[in-house]
Amino acid sequence: MSTDVFTARGGHGPRPPLATRERVGAVTGYMLLVYRRTLRGTIISTFLSPLFFLLAMGIGLGSLIDERTGGVGGVPYLQFVVPAIVAMQTMWLAMFEATYPVMDYIRWSKLYDSMLATPLRVRDVMVGHIGSIAGRLVLATSVFMLVAALFGGFATWGALWCLPIAVLTGLAFTVPIFGFTATQQNEDGFNILFRLIATPLMLFSGTFFPIDQLPVWMQPLAWVTPLWHGVESARMVALGTVDPPWLALHTGVLLMFVLVGWVLCERALTKRLVT
Amino acid sequence: MSVTRPTVCGMANDVLLSASGLTKRFGDFTAVDGVGFAVRKGESFGFLGPNGAGKSSTMRMIGAVSPVTAGELRIFGQDPATNGPQIRARLGVVPQHDQLDQELTVEENMWVYGRYFGLSRAQVRERAVELLEFAQLTERAKDRVEPLSGGMKRRLTIARALISTPEMLLLDEPTTGLDPQARHLLWDRLFRLKRQGVTLILTTHYMDEAEQLCDRLVVMDHGRIVAEGSPRALIRQHSTREVLELRFDVDDHAEYGAKLAGIGDRVEVLPDRLLVYTEDGDTAAAEVHDRGVQPLSSLVRRSTLEDVFLHLTGRTLVD
Repeated sequence: MSTDVFTARGGHGPRPPLATRERVGAVTGYMLLVYRRTLRGTIISTFLSPLFFLLAMGIGLGSLIDERTGGVGGVPYLQFVVPAIVAMQTMWLAMFEATYPVMDYIRWSKLYDSMLATPLRVRDVMVGHIGSIAGRLVLATSVFMLVAALFGGFATWGALWCLPIAVLTGLAFTVPIFGFTATQQNEDGFNILFRLIATPLMLFSGTFFPIDQLPVWMQPLAWVTPLWHGVESARMVALGTVDPPWLALHTGVLLMFVLVGWVLCERALTKRLVT
Repeated sequence: MSVTRPTVCGMANDVLLSASGLTKRFGDFTAVDGVGFAVRKGESFGFLGPNGAGKSSTMRMIGAVSPVTAGELRIFGQDPATNGPQIRARLGVVPQHDQLDQELTVEENMWVYGRYFGLSRAQVRERAVELLEFAQLTERAKDRVEPLSGGMKRRLTIARALISTPEMLLLDEPTTGLDPQARHLLWDRLFRLKRQGVTLILTTHYMDEAEQLCDRLVVMDHGRIVAEGSPRALIRQHSTREVLELRFDVDDHAEYGAKLAGIGDRVEVLPDRLLVYTEDGDTAAAEVHDRGVQPLSSLVRRSTLEDVFLHLTGRTLVD
């Protein structure tokens, strides 16, 4: 893009249209400023709380389990639970990012409206914001994985694959919930989302114990939730027990949540913002 | 994205904005009911009306963010339904609520917004310096937005809207909620823009604002245009030169309405006062005195757009 284009954009008459990269980049550029501003709070919320889980479950509960039973199926409990905690903490961050901040931009600060008064369109705003969330998930998950690795939470180098899997799991929550937020008038629905959906998911998605410990009737519930698929995939790659067809199935389900969520989200956001 | 290069730069008689039969419905509710207007380059054009008259809905359609329900709307000769981004690239928008990021600094808000128009980083920084100077916010450039006064935030919103050098500036109630001093400062800035040839489109429910800033305006009520013209012409057409305002020590001013019949051109009864429309306020005041009527207070003033609005709709602008 030459300087001429930029000059023409400051002048009168028809202006050179923006490339997709420029439109999305402008939104992510803004999000980057916002994230930089809230970095300190982010470190606490996205890093310390999973660390507590790591200490309590992995090391506290883990040493008890390992002493009694020799781990889960021969795997030390810490290494069993860490990949799952990685996926779970990404889920929490992904859900948070798709609720309150999105509601803020839609309704409280109306910053989406200010973006849509410019050449940007709904899709640019959505791609830019979800892309920024994805970046944030990558960063938070990386930091957490590094700490978990120092605690001895990973058995193999294959555990590095936990990063993309956790981020995909996060997006499987972010995208549909982003759309859900677009349909909400206020934050009341988020309480239900976190208490009645996120909390049971965290507990019953094979995170802290394999789902075959659950009553038979509860197991299918885990199958339809993204977190179980994320947890199973992360555990496979971290423990080096990859079962290719299953891994493909799990990631396929996660992708489906992202794709179907995307269509619904774009529809809901357009309906909300273009009135 | 289509690369449209419309051949409308040198449009006949420089009409930048035109509408006919423009309608906006939300479900069963008709917010804008078949309005028509045209604005030329360099003009400053106002929509005057009370809350709920359809001004903001009209503005959002002009801003190419709200789809038109029916009728025709052309901005820079283009249809917002098909050329929204191209139109918005040339507009500056000052929304009713500032829509600033309160957590970011003043200059960060400017930079971010300029990037939405595809301006380079260097360009937004350079423009931000000039515009913050213009908005008298240079000293606050590195401060967070949140603690700024309402007037400062409003000036920042205007500066932000100017970052892409828009050909037309849309202002939705630019001074609502500001104290008199902040309003005058803002008017001064807008007046400078007008002198520089920027086309201003604004909505307001303040008659003094419309009188100060608008070359031409339409009066809106219930989604319709009830009158159109320059402020002066509207006053001449729909009101008298002067108004005598009378207040009495009564609960219901209507009882004095009859006693004053025949004085001036006509008498309007408001809940808190009587308005006598007349060419000569002092003579009318003398007549009132001659009839032995003793008001608590009486005031002679010139007619304003408020009187025009009252005459056209039977209601006051600001309740």
